[in-house]
Amino acid sequence: MSVNQQAHAGPPYGQPQPAYQRYQQPGYGGQQMPGVPHSQYGVYNGPVPGHQQPAPPQGYFPSLGLPSKGSPVSLNSDTSSLAPNFIGPLRTPPTSGAPPPTSGAPLPVGQPAYNQFGQGDVQNGIPASAVQMQRPSVSQPFIPGSTPTSISQLSSFQQYGPSPTSAQQLTNHMARMTIGSVPTSAAPPAGLGYGPSTSVSPASGSFTATGSGLYTPYSSSQGPPPASMTHGLPPTSLSQGVPLAQPAFSGLPLSMQRLPSQGPGYAPPPSSTGIGPSNYPSTTGAPRPSTMQSPPLSGQALAGLPASQPNHLSSPPPPQQAMSGPHPGPPMTGLQGPPPPPTHPSQPGYQIQQNGSFGQVRGSQPNYGGAYPGTPNYGSQPGPPPPPKRLDPDSIPSPQLSELPPQQKPRHRIDPDAIPSPIQVIEDDRNNRGSEPFVTGVRGQVPPLVTTNFLVKDQGNTSPRYIRCTSYNIPCTSDMAKQSQVPLAAVIKPLATLPTEETPPYLVDHGESGPIRCNRCKAYMCPFMQFIEGGRRFQCCFCSCVTEVPPHYFQHLDHTGKRVDFYDRPELSLGSYEFLATVDYCKNNKFPNPPAFIFMIDVSYNAVKSGLVRLICEELKSLLDYLPRGGNLEESAIRVGFVTYNKVLHFYNVKSSLAQPQMMVVSDVADMFVPLLDGFLVNVNESRTVIASLLDQIPEMFADTRETETVFAPVIQAGLDALKAAECAGKLFIFHTSLPIAEAPGKLKNRDDKKLINTDKEKTLFQPQTNFYNNLAKDCVAQGCCVDLFLFPNQYLDVATLGVVTYQTGGSIYKYTYFQLETDQERFLNDLRRDVQKEVGFDAVMRVRTSTGIRATDFFGAFYMSNTTDVELAGLDCDKTITVEFKHDDKLSEDSGALLQCALLYTSSAGQRRLRIHNLSLNCCTQLADLYRNCETDTLINYLAKYAYRGVLNNPVKTVRDALINQCAQILACYRKNCASPSSAGQLILPECMKLLPVYLNCVLKSDVLQPGPEVSTDDRAYIRQLVTSMDVAETNVFFYPRLLPLTKVDVDSDALPAAIRNSEERLSKGDMYLLENGLNIFVWVGVNVQQGLIQNLFGVSSFSQISNTMSTLPILENPFSKKVRSIMDMLQAQRSRYMKLIIVKQEDKFEMLFKHFLVEDKSMSGGASYVDFLCHMHKEIRQLLS
Amino acid sequence: MGPRVPGSAEVREVPPSCCTCIVPAGAQCHPPCCPPAPQNLSDSMATYLEFIQQNEERDGVRFSWNVWPSSRLEATRMVVPLACLLTPLKERPDLPPVQYEPVLCSRPTCKAVLNPLCQVDYRAKLWACNFCFQRNQFPPAYAGISEVNQPAELMPQFSTIDYIVQRGPQTPLIFLYVVDTCLEEEDLQALKESLQMSLSLLHPDALVGLITFGRMVQVHELSCEGISKSYVFRGTKDLTAKQIQDMLGLTRPAVPVQQGRPLQPQEQPVISSRFLQPIHKIDMNLTDLLGELQRDPWPVTQGKRPLRSTGVALSIAVGLLEGTFPNTGARIMLFTGGPPTQGPGMVVGDELKTPIRSWHDIEKDNARFMKKATKHYETLANRTAANGHCIDIYACALDQTGLLEMKCCTNLTGGHMVMGDSFNTSLFKQTFQRVFSKDFNGEFRMAFGASLDVKTSRELKIGGAIGPCISLNAKGPCVSENELGIGGTCQWKICSLDPNTTLAIYFEVVNQHNAPIPQGGRGAVQFVTQYQHSSTQKRIRVTTIARNWADAQNQLQHIEAAFDQEAAAVLMARLGVYRAETEEGPDVLRWLDRQLIRLCQKFGQYNKDDPNSFRLSDSFSLYPQFMFHLRRSPFLQVFNNSPDESSYYRHHFARQDLTQSLIMIQPILYSYSFYGPPEPVLLDSSSILADRILLMDTFFQIVIYLGETIAQWQKAGYQDMPEYENFKHLLQAPLDDAQEILQTRFPMPRYINTEHGGSQARFLLSKVNPSQTHNNLYAWGQESGSPILTDDVSLQVFMDHLKKLAVSSAA
Repeated sequence: MSVNQQAHAGPPYGQPQPAYQRYQQPGYGGQQMPGVPHSQYGVYNGPVPGHQQPAPPQGYFPSLGLPSKGSPVSLNSDTSSLAPNFIGPLRTPPTSGAPPPTSGAPLPVGQPAYNQFGQGDVQNGIPASAVQMQRPSVSQPFIPGSTPTSISQLSSFQQYGPSPTSAQQLTNHMARMTIGSVPTSAAPPAGLGYGPSTSVSPASGSFTATGSGLYTPYSSSQGPPPASMTHGLPPTSLSQGVPLAQPAFSGLPLSMQRLPSQGPGYAPPPSSTGIGPSNYPSTTGAPRPSTMQSPPLSGQALAGLPASQPNHLSSPPPPQQAMSGPHPGPPMTGLQGPPPPPTHPSQPGYQIQQNGSFGQVRGSQPNYGGAYPGTPNYGSQPGPPPPPKRLDPDSIPSPQLSELPPQQKPRHRIDPDAIPSPIQVIEDDRNNRGSEPFVTGVRGQVPPLVTTNFLVKDQGNTSPRYIRCTSYNIPCTSDMAKQSQVPLAAVIKPLATLPTEETPPYLVDHGESGPIRCNRCKAYMCPFMQFIEGGRRFQCCFCSCVTEVPPHYFQHLDHTGKRVDFYDRPELSLGSYEFLATVDYCKNNKFPNPPAFIFMIDVSYNAVKSGLVRLICEELKSLLDYLPRGGNLEESAIRVGFVTYNKVLHFYNVKSSLAQPQMMVVSDVADMFVPLLDGFLVNVNESRTVIASLLDQIPEMFADTRETETVFAPVIQAGLDALKAAECAGKLFIFHTSLPIAEAPGKLKNRDDKKLINTDKEKTLFQPQTNFYNNLAKDCVAQGCCVDLFLFPNQYLDVATLGVVTYQTGGSIYKYTYFQLETDQERFLNDLRRDVQKEVGFDAVMRVRTSTGIRATDFFGAFYMSNTTDVELAGLDCDKTITVEFKHDDKLSEDSGALLQCALLYTSSAGQRRLRIHNLSLNCCTQLADLYRNCETDTLINYLAKYAYRGVLNNPVKTVRDALINQCAQILACYRKNCASPSSAGQLILPECMKLLPVYLNCVLKSDVLQPGPEVSTDDRAYIRQLVTSMDVAETNVFFYPRLLPLTKVDVDSDALPAAIRNSEERLSKGDMYLLENGLNIFVWVGVNVQQGLIQNLFGVSSFSQISNTMSTLPILENPFSKKVRSIMDMLQAQRSRYMKLIIVKQEDKFEMLFKHFLVEDKSMSGGASYVDFLCHMHKEIRQLLS
Repeated sequence: MGPRVPGSAEVREVPPSCCTCIVPAGAQCHPPCCPPAPQNLSDSMATYLEFIQQNEERDGVRFSWNVWPSSRLEATRMVVPLACLLTPLKERPDLPPVQYEPVLCSRPTCKAVLNPLCQVDYRAKLWACNFCFQRNQFPPAYAGISEVNQPAELMPQFSTIDYIVQRGPQTPLIFLYVVDTCLEEEDLQALKESLQMSLSLLHPDALVGLITFGRMVQVHELSCEGISKSYVFRGTKDLTAKQIQDMLGLTRPAVPVQQGRPLQPQEQPVISSRFLQPIHKIDMNLTDLLGELQRDPWPVTQGKRPLRSTGVALSIAVGLLEGTFPNTGARIMLFTGGPPTQGPGMVVGDELKTPIRSWHDIEKDNARFMKKATKHYETLANRTAANGHCIDIYACALDQTGLLEMKCCTNLTGGHMVMGDSFNTSLFKQTFQRVFSKDFNGEFRMAFGASLDVKTSRELKIGGAIGPCISLNAKGPCVSENELGIGGTCQWKICSLDPNTTLAIYFEVVNQHNAPIPQGGRGAVQFVTQYQHSSTQKRIRVTTIARNWADAQNQLQHIEAAFDQEAAAVLMARLGVYRAETEEGPDVLRWLDRQLIRLCQKFGQYNKDDPNSFRLSDSFSLYPQFMFHLRRSPFLQVFNNSPDESSYYRHHFARQDLTQSLIMIQPILYSYSFYGPPEPVLLDSSSILADRILLMDTFFQIVIYLGETIAQWQKAGYQDMPEYENFKHLLQAPLDDAQEILQTRFPMPRYINTEHGGSQARFLLSKVNPSQTHNNLYAWGQESGSPILTDDVSLQVFMDHLKKLAVSSAA
């Protein structure tokens, strides 16, 4: 490997850059698409050709490899056999590994990608790096690789990576390579990655310089620590037994692993990666030290680091990153790595470290401390990463003695810092992969975590912003899939918003005959289609059917078999693009009319009294100027209409020719109809004055209303009929306040009954109480009528039923319980603005096509399905996600992989009929280890949550929870049985990529839907249930594991967010303030001992007791702290699709209960297990399965 | 009426010496309320004519027989039933209303009103009811009466008297416009202008409401500022009154029981005021609203009729009034420009290729919507009538608009029915304006919510009534079991009436054959009409009449002489038309013929089987001719008329007074020439001469017809030459006369100016007696008129047959 790599490296390295440049330029110039901006297009092409294969693979592989290698496991015990496997699967690591060995460079590679910019510059300041920076990540990594050699290697890898079509083979080679190098490389990368972040350096420092010094604290055998670190990382497996064995360390079962890993790691590392270790010190030594943080941290870092490092290492490759990310969590590594050490010398060290880390973490820089430590670990980790699992085994033995005890005692003893930390994982991934663009050219790459900011370069596969999978490596056979129990699912967000730096999908027009498609399976032309016979035909990549190329689409092939116009055509070179649909794709064979928005406002007593009606009307006056314009239109094509209602409906004629608006009351709610044709839906600009006059009058007209009853179904019916009459699709914005009890179709009764909770009838609370709304929804979908619901209840209003139509039409529900103008106005208006302004597609049909062998079998989300394949969406906005589950119906082959093509036919807000295509290629594997190495836990959780939330409709909640736990246990048990090295049963071993599965799953289990507390209303549960069903991975991630940021540690001079801390009460300090967000709410928790100055600065009051908890926004104060906190909040708000409600929580205040509910690692009031407890439980389950 | 107690203080009938007025002896009966005893027959004719005219002017009553046969059998043999035409509100400028309540007979089953025919004991302050002979105390207020100090109702000249009574709250008149918006732009514009104009004619306190309809029905709320508000209903769904009121928010919300406080009486007007507002408040609003009224915006595709929800619109209008102002005077004024094409009450589908039903379709039972629609409108009409409201229909379209189905709405409620070609014609505009015409007191010539109560002497019973009324189902002792017209009751409701509204009321003599002529020799009938005057006052008009009994066996000549052939013709015609609504046309004609023949047999003088010997006395001489024209009239002939037209004609025939009815039966023809002043001429083709100008008034049309020569002269422009000014005057004369008719006629007739050979001349040619046709060549080429190309029989042929049949012993 190394040889090859090097050899390659040399040339590639030197050449790559030029090559890239060349590509880019030529690509741009020569093949630009007409109409497509040169730059963008070119950019794409450029990278694609050159980079595509080479770059991505490299990046990934290295990273993957690293972790695997890093894991002491490989080194230590089973390493040889396992390593290859793992490593192989791990991907490039080998490649990278190879290089690293040569010159620690490999290490850089993995991280370099990330670090390059930051670290590279910082540390080495290598010019090359800068240059490469822009290049695909691959090249960059090299650059960063402080050592030139390493860089070269990296580059070489990259090239290789790409070239080798058979990733596996390469990977295997790589694996070897990596093994050695990985660890080493891992460290450096970490260093690099951190370098930028400063933390990295410390890590490295620890390794190299203080090898002993820093490490020592961790574990007497620091040398090992690093190893252990690595070990810890990869495995992230916890062993309960371990903790016992090593009380101090063992606190965390994880530590167990470490120990073993370390032990072995040390031994092995040297042996196998002899180079690696050596490299570490040397390579990283220099860079890291510099960044070294506070020593104590480092101690932790080391402990954590090992884990983290591996992570880092792994991080380069997205998937691994995820895995590693979590690992980085010092705790993880700590557990694994440290525990073992404890037995040896390491334990004490660990303890110290842990303590130190905690202390530090909490005290001075809780998060940072933690996070950073992770980085330092990297240095050490590199060695261990891959082996983690093995580590466990090793560790186990040692702990074994105490295994049983650990379980019994454990809970208390398990050190929370020693179990896998989401924060660490996230932080590591961010550091490792955040700086490098994610290039999609390579099949089966695991993208960075959703919590990481990264750019995507589309080189043939769709961006992870559009599609994320639970696994990027799919078992070839259904037996394997069943064995692993890992659900194969993709979370698809077809209209996701891209950051401004990324180009939206190009629009392709194939002329009158429409998009080119496969004759048999009707798949759309995509980069994976194989042109044959000189370009006269193409073979479908999904079904292998051969289809004639229509004459107008014919193009010659070049010597590689690619069409000459490859780079000119987005559909041949990109993963995501759009086709212009022809009239055949339209309803009734008529091009659609532009869509319409209808605002339907409840004007019953409650709505008027609360000031809601006035507020809405006022807001609409200005908001109507910001309707989505669908691209570059000067004014929005969307027409608007207005309806108010209580027990009857009032339609408004706002035709531009009228002197004053006309109100038309329809009282026949039993048989709703639209009383006017002309003048109901109008262009905003044309009817501006009439609309303004109407919006002025509505609040006046109903100011004295005494009507308290409302209808609901007729309102939707009316909107639907209006759209029908206008022959267009559209969206209804319904502002509703109460249970519709007025005599009308769809009338509801109050059936709220908390006594049903935890009974077999609990499911009825989630089911609609009448079938009426299902039928209505069906009609709505047929017309493309999407319903958005804004609810302002003061009591139960049966969200489960009211939401049916919204849910099935792809709409959104917003709920403002006990709406009060002063406190909720801001939130509501922001939601409304965003909801009105966001891009949305109408009358959509989505279909997911797959390679023969798997099939989309189940769909989750807000939509309607009339058959088993087509997802029908009356409306689909940029925030809506559809989760699709796949099942095998045949075998897949490793060679051809598995392809997904998601085609969405929709009407744009400008009224244009379009097809949006997303293509994604996945690897296939025959080894379970590959599967486990390429999983993405966040996506998995997204799927599991949706699956469970749907389950509650038909099953008792307890059954659902048990099923979840069981599935999770099976997944992990399968890993343990098939992928982890043999070890004592008492050891909990988690796959690197899934080490957060338990903690996240526990969060799902504790969520309000599955385990409601007494204060959670039935409506809230139904609301959340529906909300989650449409969430993307990022949203579920933060929803289930909220982000907790220490505010008092904020650096007012930097843009960066403070490092997050774990969601546990014991991590809160009385002297601090914290911010917690979960996508729906923001809490600001104020400790009782917070300095008065800070309180003054933030709240504008002089003492803790004066802080009002009815505050809905922070006062605008002119001081750096206030500005910073507010800017953080703004930043957070901007990241979420809904405006989060701010809740100020004072420590020891009554609201604190509410807040504590979100400290998800703790035991919940409603009986949810703490993280540690759950982990133990999970371990027990796994053991039962294994025995 | 309870049996009279023998021996009880019997009211002594006044000796039959003088005229039969029950006036205290010695008092002179000023306007004779019964005819003088005829001295001889020829005199009697003249006398009776005078008597009849006087009676009509004073009481608005014309009887077919003015001397009544005294037994049931004889009465039956008279062929023409004993009946009268009653114009309840006949204008009596000379009659000042009295401002107190009428005095009623205390017998619960009688309750007749004190009248000049009652015998009064001034000393005992007692009066005897002349219908049931109950003796009644005068109320305390009458303590001061004496023979020289009589209340008005006892004076003979007050055989008809108006009482103004103060009862209950006065509610202003209500006008609810129901406007079709599926009109051509031009039509709609014209209609809007007419409506706006009408607002200025209403009393400022009058309540107005507006409902518009097309595909949907909109009920406009009138009191809104800044935004115009309306309630909209689907045009295809029939709603119950309760639903409508719920949907309009008219049902009083379950007002939280206010402790101890009775409901505010003002609340009801408050609720309803959203849709019915006093004109002075919302004049501007409504004018603007009407101004902004647009054509129905829903697209009408090629080959389709617009969707018009007349049935639902009416239903809502009825429901609205029902819920807000029951039993107060209100007019629902429906303006429609085409047939209802959807929903309940639809008359024809929206496919233009399917024409609206014709008589032919109806006969073939091929009018698929007719029955259902009719039922819908009948239900509505009955509800409306029950609430005392009325429905007017102003239908202007070239094609039919469904009047056949909707006719009951007007017929049962006393509403107007107006049919025109377009709202943009003077026919409609002036007719509509005339609805709001005022009388000499400046009050609208309309009254609302009237109930007519008929009381008769015990020898008479009430067979029924024909006119714009419905039965109140008041069974009483004077109700006959044999119904003629709307029977089985002695009370009818007339929801709206004007001074011309005339009902035909049919009686039956129940005196047994051989029984003596009743005491006093006279029978009496009292008509009590309670109504809401247009000034919103409640009024009661009481008309009491009496006629002599005569023994038909020995006094037949008296009876014969007292025959009112005009009234009889109209009364028989009403019966015929009434039958024609439900029976086959030919059956009705046969029935009419048989009656005529029997009448001729009874009263003609002839030798058996000798047609030439047949003679009729003067009092019968015109009757056969009326019948001849009646047979040809559009009231009985549907040929060439659409069902709508038939309904329209019949509607008017059933409510106009005698004079107008006669014009309808036998149009009037005037001839203008240089040979003398204008003269009425025979309605005969022989009257159509080249050098004459003819003016024909058929009630529905005014035709001016220039003879051939005159037309040529006119074309030559003689009228413009100074030397032929007389010709100009000749041309002008009929125009002026026509104007005079046009001024007063309601509805405004179709005004036709035509000439010899003109296409519009058909209106004239179809009416005149076809004495000269292509069949009877003897007249061909003679200058005595112009032949009519028809196979219809002429009057001469008709008379010949009549004579033959009358004298035939076989008949």
